[in-house]
Amino acid sequence: MSDQITFTIDGVEVKGKPGQTILEAADAAGIYIPRLCFMKDLIPHGSCRVCTVFINGRPQAACTQPITEGAIVENDTAELKEHRKNIIDMLFVEGNHFCMFCEKSGNCELQAMAYRLGISAPKYPYLFPKRDVDATHPDILIDRNRCILCGRCVEASRDVDKKTIFEFVGRGADKKVAVNANADLKDTDFKATDKAADVCPVGCIIKKRVGFAIPVGQRKYDTKPIGSDIEAGKK
Amino acid sequence: MSVNLTSAIKEICKFCGNDRTRMMDIVRAVQQQFGQVSDEAMNYIAKCVNCHRVEVESVVSFYVFLSKKQKGGVVIRLCNDVVDKMSGSEVVAEAFEKELGIKFGQTTPDGKITLEYAPCIGMCDQSPAALFNDEIITYLSTDKVKEVVADIKKHYDPSKLKHRLGDGHNADELVHSCVHNNIRNKGRVIFAEFKPEAGLKNALAMSSVEVINEVKNARLRGRGGAGFPTGMKWQFTRGAAGEKKYIICNADEGEPGTFKDRVLLTERADMLFEGMTIGGYAIGADEGILYLRGEYAYLRKFLEKVLADRRSRNLLGKDILGKKGFNFDVRIQMGAGAYICGEETSLISSCEGLRGDPKTRPPFPAQKGYLGKPTSVNNVETLCCVPRVLEMGAAWFVEVGSAGSPSTKLLSVSGDCKQPGVYEIPFGVKVSELLKMVGAEDAQALLIGGPSGQIVGSADFQRTICYDDLATGGAVVVFGPERDMVAVAADYMEFFVEESCGYCTPCRAGNVLLKKYLDKILTGCGEPEDLDILQKLGESVKITSRCGLGQTSPNPVLTTLKNFRKSYETKVKKTTNGMQPTFDIRKAVKGAETIAKRDSVIFVK
Ligand SMILES: Cc1cc2nc3c(=O)[nH]c(=O)nc-3n(C[C@H](O)[C@H](O)[C@H](O)COP(=O)(O)O)c2cc1C
Ligand code: SF4
Ligand code: SF4
Ligand code: SF4
Ligand code: FES
Repeated sequence: MSDQITFTIDGVEVKGKPGQTILEAADAAGIYIPRLCFMKDLIPHGSCRVCTVFINGRPQAACTQPITEGAIVENDTAELKEHRKNIIDMLFVEGNHFCMFCEKSGNCELQAMAYRLGISAPKYPYLFPKRDVDATHPDILIDRNRCILCGRCVEASRDVDKKTIFEFVGRGADKKVAVNANADLKDTDFKATDKAADVCPVGCIIKKRVGFAIPVGQRKYDTKPIGSDIEAGKK
Repeated sequence: MSVNLTSAIKEICKFCGNDRTRMMDIVRAVQQQFGQVSDEAMNYIAKCVNCHRVEVESVVSFYVFLSKKQKGGVVIRLCNDVVDKMSGSEVVAEAFEKELGIKFGQTTPDGKITLEYAPCIGMCDQSPAALFNDEIITYLSTDKVKEVVADIKKHYDPSKLKHRLGDGHNADELVHSCVHNNIRNKGRVIFAEFKPEAGLKNALAMSSVEVINEVKNARLRGRGGAGFPTGMKWQFTRGAAGEKKYIICNADEGEPGTFKDRVLLTERADMLFEGMTIGGYAIGADEGILYLRGEYAYLRKFLEKVLADRRSRNLLGKDILGKKGFNFDVRIQMGAGAYICGEETSLISSCEGLRGDPKTRPPFPAQKGYLGKPTSVNNVETLCCVPRVLEMGAAWFVEVGSAGSPSTKLLSVSGDCKQPGVYEIPFGVKVSELLKMVGAEDAQALLIGGPSGQIVGSADFQRTICYDDLATGGAVVVFGPERDMVAVAADYMEFFVEESCGYCTPCRAGNVLLKKYLDKILTGCGEPEDLDILQKLGESVKITSRCGLGQTSPNPVLTTLKNFRKSYETKVKKTTNGMQPTFDIRKAVKGAETIAKRDSVIFVK
């Protein structure tokens, strides 16, 4: 087996190593494939579907699909952009997102993705679900109204912290993040220093008392669109 | 913590080897004994099997037959599938509410009976039907509800309910059910006379590679819906690295309108286990699992007996039929109410004692399946074909059917037709011929392949049923001229909303939105633009969803939009004032009015 695999993304030749996913190989080549649930160092979850690309004409999640020799990958196309926008629109109405009051605003990957894709107002009717807030922990707040069920916290707590503080319960639209206790986060051994406290892409699991340390307007995505860091590595 | 609960759980977990991969059996047993899996119970189970409490909860909260909340000793689940509704389940539902004095979702004040709805329970050919715990009562009417509720209140024991017995093995003392087989047409493969164990004997006289080749030559394709060549699947599984391998029979049969596997499990159980044994021999597995949907629990004792008989006849166990070194046995894994567990990787998750989430592919089950070992998942009907292929030979098997789809297929036909039931027909049959056969020549529409298949109209009645034209896992639902196909599509979307596992965005949220737009149209608030939104939204869900459920769930909408466009167009209208007709001020102020105990005055220009 050769130790290099060559394929194309939107006609551009990309080289990668066996076992790499499309998304990893694209990142290394400075090509940004939009994504939400993926996070480096966690096992790819494949839940948000924003990274959907066409591989030899078939839709696949770039974050979980291994690269293959000669594959033809479509990423930055009008059709895929529409699908990705639709997914982001779904995520907005599926939860309760009031960005103007949210301390994650400007650092939020969902919001940043919406801006990058050119969404300024929601397209679908709001579903206004009833979701719980858990403020019992001294250092951490969980506001499930903003959860996008990406699975990062579940994986980080299980695989990195080795604690399994979080797990999904329920199914379908009732699926939610639960904590490993009869009721509240305070009854678990969760620590603000856990990896799982630092992975939430949105304002669902957030640290208390640091929310506005950096003013709105000067935050991560206020200056540069999401994905810029990857595109800066373009060869 | 109550001593009773802890000692019972300790016992149950011990019985399951304190093995967390047996979680389904553990929580099912606790639910059965206590009518719930409470917080206390989850904590204790976690302790016994050495996992986290939240992991137990993630399983319990996934399956509808399991609950954290206390349920009655008797749980009545009325099927609210589209076909049941067409045969009057709505008045039956009212009758249940009246006789029990409770609404759906509630438990009687004495805590004895809980009333719920269930999605398709596989009895469309004898609907309306309901589950009373594990027992099934079919052909319900308002009168029958009165009788059966009076009966159950005498003893609160569903196994003592008085009912007539069905045909065939339904009348066996271990099944003792009123279910009917309704076999309407017998073909040459499944329902014909055959020599039991002749196929197995022939197989054991061949090498496993030869067996796989025979199945390949028969061009046997999966009967569960996807139509993947069975011989190829077995070859991959056989060739995958690792000593330990598994074969799993998918008896989850959850696609609304499908019930042919129910009949096979009742009348062809030996044939099925023979097929699994041949499969085990072919791929090199010594263990098989029959994953039986929770709704078919009434067949469990009977199936256990068939397995026991086979063990005593050396058709299972060690050195089967004298073949040195060929050991194989089968265990039954019960499901607990989740359509998604019919998807093969979800099914494997469920067998492993997890939520029924599909797994990320690759790796495929043939490489890494149950407990990480190479696994072949095959449908009940597929496995029933196998002994026939080995008995009669591949050449015989391909004699009938169409070029790309040899042999016969079982169809589960229900809805607006005179003779609902199971039909074994050769592949390639024309839709119009089928309609004649089932007594439905006035059909307006046909659902082929269940809601994840397609809804076609008369323009497609000259097409044929086979893998290359109108493919189906078996479900055929007939809709007469008076049915509103938009309402039908909305009902099927409701099913997918309920059954989405929730793992990925498009299916979890997209199906809810599709249903919302359909409801908007059905209540007369739809606008012409909504049809375009439905189309685009449906396409996004199909393209971006993670598994087969979401990749097909928009089909009821997309195929009716295409084939019954007029139905939609007559329901949406452009408003004259250019305003959206969706806002109902009366409804909007209702909540506030209730709190304020005052009516609002609304001024209209
Ligand atoms: C949502 C969903 C539900 C399914 N349900 C069933 C089922 O109830 N029975 C079945 O045999 N296959 C079902 N399948 C197909 C299985 O994933 C798998 O393809 C099949 O069991 C393989 O067996 P076969 O090749 O013999 O058809 C389902 C697939 C999906 C996506
Ligand atoms: S989590 Fe993100 S998208 Fe949601 S309200 Fe906060 S900033 Fe907005
Ligand atoms: S809490 Fe945050 S990290 Fe966890 S699933 Fe929700 S959005 Fe993802
Ligand atoms: S498509 Fe996604 S949400 Fe739907 S059942 Fe499959 S994995 Fe679950
Ligand atoms: S980033 Fe690939 S599915 Fe979410």
